[in-house]
Amino acid sequence: MRFTPSGFSRKTLVISTAALAATALLLTGCAGGSGTASSTDGGSAGGGGDSSITVIPKSLGNKYFEASDKGAAAAADELGMTFKEVGPTATGSADQVPFIQTAIQTGQKAIAIAANDPTAVCNDLSQAQSQGVKVVAYDTDTDCRDVFVNQATVDGVAEGLVKLTADHLGDEGGTIAILSGGANAANLNAWVDAIQALIKKDHPKITVAKVAYGDDVDEKAYQEAQGLMQSIPDLKAIIAPDTVSVKEAAHYLSDTPEYQGKVWVTGLGLPSEMKDYVDSGIVEQFGLWNPEDLGYLASYAADALIKGDITGKEGDTFTAGKLGDYTVGADGEIVLGPLFVFNKDNVGDFSF
Amino acid sequence: MSVTHTVPPIETGRSGLQKLLRARESGLVVLIVALIAVTAAIQPTFLFSDGGWRELLRQPTILILIALGEAIVIITRNIDLSIGSILCLSTYTSGWLFANVEGIPIVLVVLIGVALGAFLGLINGLLVAFLRVPSLVITLGTLYAYRGIAILWIGPHFIRSSWLPPEFRALGTMQWVGIPVLLLLVLIVVLIVGWFMTSRRAGRDLYALGSNPEAAKLFGLSERRLTLNAFVTSGALAGLGGLVYLSIYATGDARVGTGYELEAVAAAVVGGVAIVGGSGTIWGVALGAFFLATISSALPVLGVPSLWQQAIVGIFIVGAILLDRVLFLSRTRRAKRKGSES
Repeated sequence: MRFTPSGFSRKTLVISTAALAATALLLTGCAGGSGTASSTDGGSAGGGGDSSITVIPKSLGNKYFEASDKGAAAAADELGMTFKEVGPTATGSADQVPFIQTAIQTGQKAIAIAANDPTAVCNDLSQAQSQGVKVVAYDTDTDCRDVFVNQATVDGVAEGLVKLTADHLGDEGGTIAILSGGANAANLNAWVDAIQALIKKDHPKITVAKVAYGDDVDEKAYQEAQGLMQSIPDLKAIIAPDTVSVKEAAHYLSDTPEYQGKVWVTGLGLPSEMKDYVDSGIVEQFGLWNPEDLGYLASYAADALIKGDITGKEGDTFTAGKLGDYTVGADGEIVLGPLFVFNKDNVGDFSF
Repeated sequence: MSVTHTVPPIETGRSGLQKLLRARESGLVVLIVALIAVTAAIQPTFLFSDGGWRELLRQPTILILIALGEAIVIITRNIDLSIGSILCLSTYTSGWLFANVEGIPIVLVVLIGVALGAFLGLINGLLVAFLRVPSLVITLGTLYAYRGIAILWIGPHFIRSSWLPPEFRALGTMQWVGIPVLLLLVLIVVLIVGWFMTSRRAGRDLYALGSNPEAAKLFGLSERRLTLNAFVTSGALAGLGGLVYLSIYATGDARVGTGYELEAVAAAVVGGVAIVGGSGTIWGVALGAFFLATISSALPVLGVPSLWQQAIVGIFIVGAILLDRVLFLSRTRRAKRKGSES
C-alpha cells in the first residue's frame, strides 16, 4: 500500500525545505560572522571557533538518526564546532542534494552524510570536496567521501546475525527468510548479500527462501512479514537487518499467535522499539551498535580531517573523545566496533 | 431538486441487470473476488488462516476511511492532499492522550482525534473557500505544514503499545462472528456517508457544486459552505483513520501516513470518482479502496517481489482511468447514434 509520491510533490518539498534550510543557514552564518566568540564559548578542548559541521541524515524524524545525530552534536560541542542537522523528510535518491548545496554555499568545513543512494549525491559531494569541504559518510557509504564511519563491517553484521540464527536453529537448520528495508540502501543490500553468502558457506542446512523489502515503512514491513510467514509454510526464522522491519516482523508475530513459537525473529533493532517484544518473549535476541556512538565518531573523524590529523589514508590514527583511538582502515573505512547483542537482561538499559 | 440530478443516465431502455453489470461497483466486486480467489488458491493461508483472514478484512479499513473523505472533496472539484499529515497528527495525539491523561475514556480520545482532524480540515476549507486559491496548492501547503508540525512536535519519539489501554489494543484484533470489529465500524461509516451522499439534500448539493459550479451558484447554493463541509468531512475521516491506524498498528511516529493522500486519490479514482468532480459513488470508493488495499496485501503473499508492487498498483490506476475513458466514449457514440436515428 505504498505509492511513491509524485515527482512534483517531492520536488516541491525539497525545494521548499531547501529554501527554508538555506535561509536558516544564512541567518546563522551571519550571526556566526558577527559573533565568533559566542560559538567558541561552548568548545572546551582544541576547538576552532570557525569550525563547522553539517550533518545530513537519510531523513528527519527517524529515531535511529535522531540518536546518531545527537551523538554527533555532543561531539561537535566537545570539539567547539558549530553543528547543524538538516535533511529531507523522505528517503528519495536525490532528496539530499539541496542540503549539500546549502552546506557548500554557507562555507561549512565538513559534511557528515548518511546517503540514501551511493551515487545520486556524488556530483554534489565531489563539488564540496573540490571547495575544501571534508566529507564524512556515516551509516551508509557513498562513492565520494574522505572517510566512511562504518557502524560495523558488513561481515561483522552478517556474522552477528547469522550466529544468532544458527544457534537458535541448531543442527537441523531449516528454511529462513530475510526482511530488509529500502531496496536501494547500499548498506542493507551489502548485509543481505553477506548474510546469504555466509549461510551458503558455513550453514548448508539453512536455506534462504526469500528476500523481501519493507521499504522502511511500518505498514509495508508488517505486510511483508505477513507475506513471508504465509507464503513459506516451513519458515523457521526471519532475519531483519533493518530496525523498522524487525520491529514489524515482531509486531505481526505478536498479533498472530498461530506463528508464535514457529517462526523466530531476529535482526538489527532499536532497544526502545524492541523492548516490549523482548519482554513478552516474542523476540529473544537482536543486535545493533550504539547509534549515538556512531554520530559521535563521525564528528570526531570530521574534526580530524579538518585539522589534517588524518587524510583518509589507511593507517592514519586519531582519538575520538570517550571512544578512544581509531585507525583508518583500507579504503578510508573507520569501523565503530563489533555487533552488540540485546536480550531480556539488557534491553531496558538503553534509551535510543 | 432537479439540479441534484447531475450524473447523466448511463443507459436507457435496458434491463436493470445489464445496468448492474455495467456499474463500476460490480466490476470491482468481481475483481476483488477474483484477486482473493487466485491468491487463496496459490496460498491458502491468505484466506484460510486466522491471521490471513483478519489482515484481509482489517487492513483496508484505514484506506476506506480516508478515500471516502477524499472522494467527497474530489466530487466538489477540489482535492485534499493533506489527509496523510492529518492522520499522523490524529494518531500521535491520540496515543499521547492515552499515555499522558490517566484513565481517559476511549470514546473521548476517539472524539478528540476526529475533532482534531475536522479542525485541520476546517483550516483547509477556510483557506480554499475564502482565499479562492486552488485546493491543490492550499492542501499541498498544509500537507507540509501539518507534517512539519508533526515532526517538530513528535521528533524522534513514537507511540509504544504499552501506552495504550488494553481495551483499545484489543479493538484492533477483536472479532464479531468472525469479522473484525474495525471493519464493521468502518462499514457503518460507509453506510452513513453513502446514505448522506445519495439521499440527503446536503449530499446531493456537493455533487451539484462539482458538476457545474456556475449553475449551482445560480441555483443559490453556497459554494463556500459546501467547500467547508467537504474539507471538514475529509479531515474528520482522516482523524478517524488515525485512530484506526493506532488500534491496528499500536505504534506511530512522525512519518505515519506519508503518501496516504495519493493512495486515497487512487482509491477514489479506481472506485469511479471522476477527477474533474461531480460524479462517483461512495460504494464504488469503498470498493476501490478495498481492492487497492487487497492488492497490496496479496502481492507479498503471492511472493511478488516488493519492487514490482508499486508498478502493479500503478497499472491498475491507469487501467481504471482508461476504462472510464473508453466507457465514456462508447456512451457518447451510442447517444449520438440514437440522436441521429430519432
